[in-house]
Amino acid sequence: MPLTVEIVTAEKVVRVEQGVEVLIAPGSEGQLAILPKHAALMTTLAPGPLVFRRGQSESEFVVMGGFMEVRNDRVTVLADAAEAAEEIDIARAEAARARAEERLRRIREQNVRDVDLARAQASLQRSLLRLQVAGRKRRPGPPRPGG
Amino acid sequence: MPTIRQIKRRITSVKSSAKITNALQLVAASKMRRAQDRATQARPYAEKLRVVLAGLAAQPGGDEEAAHPLLVNRPAKAVAVIHVTPNRGLCGGLNSNLNRSAVTFVADQKEPASVVAVGKKGRDFFTRARLNVVASFTELGDYPTQAETLGISRLVMDDFLAGTVDRVYISFAEFISTAVQRPVVRQLLPIEPPPAEEAGDMAGVRQDYLFEPSPAVVLERLLPRFIEMQIYEAVLESAASEQSARMVAMKNATDNALEIERELTLTYNKVRQEQITKELLDIVGGAAALEA
Repeated sequence: MPLTVEIVTAEKVVRVEQGVEVLIAPGSEGQLAILPKHAALMTTLAPGPLVFRRGQSESEFVVMGGFMEVRNDRVTVLADAAEAAEEIDIARAEAARARAEERLRRIREQNVRDVDLARAQASLQRSLLRLQVAGRKRRPGPPRPGG
Repeated sequence: MPTIRQIKRRITSVKSSAKITNALQLVAASKMRRAQDRATQARPYAEKLRVVLAGLAAQPGGDEEAAHPLLVNRPAKAVAVIHVTPNRGLCGGLNSNLNRSAVTFVADQKEPASVVAVGKKGRDFFTRARLNVVASFTELGDYPTQAETLGISRLVMDDFLAGTVDRVYISFAEFISTAVQRPVVRQLLPIEPPPAEEAGDMAGVRQDYLFEPSPAVVLERLLPRFIEMQIYEAVLESAASEQSARMVAMKNATDNALEIERELTLTYNKVRQEQITKELLDIVGGAAALEA
């Protein structure tokens, strides 16, 4: 029996995908591939791409950390934020990246060390991740091998 | 007896009041529907989180996780209350009920209490009462997003972890139905995990589940989310309560205005009739005097 995957954020149920054959998730300890009949699992997630695979077709999401529960072929992803690759706002992600880079540059020049550094790095990481996932979706060509 | 013109002027004014309150009622009704939808949409995440937390907390593991700082119940020396209110009035008794409930709660505390005000009405009330308002968040709109509420969670968790406060409560308007909103005060910190019965099929998770990296780490990441989620839920419920209270208040106002308009129209007709009768009498009297 294929997997049913539910992506949920604090604000809403982002997506319920049925008939998933392979789910590749960004576990905090490294990428995980979940197949049907997986043992019950509860894991934390790192920010990263979440890939559904059914036969030849693939769809991709970006999730910003959270939790994932696997049980009886039902997967629940409790994400801090999640977007489908085709729904990512590229202009916004570009703007966020520019902002974060600018902030990092200023922090380096003025040599200040505080929370701002971690915040700017995290926001840079998030914007890069969004751009990466969105870019991959839009690039024409055959599906990439591997995850 | 007021003159005809005075009555007419009042009728016009009452009519235009009714128009305004009716418009406000319609706006509030549509906002309420959307606010309620948002509260419903937030539910699956909240429920899942609660179930997982109940399952995890029901069976404490080693010593290191029993001591998670957000769970520690210290003797209370200082408390903080997050007070969630609307930014605007014209919503019946909602604001005064909320403020009364919160101020009673603060007065009952033996320890010094500070207030984190979310919403202008609560902030203004506590400032006027000269109580200790340490922070205020007044930028939340009619449909607050989770991101907008994270600052509140950050603030209270930092204070709690730093030991500035030992208890954190949240006061908000619980949405029961369109007609009923109840002010409630709940404890946020230290976290009291949901009872084991709520764990449902997560009961016994520690035996059945693989945890990655470990149950302790999962719990540690879960607890801040739990606080954030509770604050977000409270803010959403308050938003729905505000709109439904406003809708009901404006409906009553419209009904009252229409009732007054009906009474005034009746008086207007009576006065008009009397005046005509009087004029007729005058004419008839005048004619009779001429004939005589």
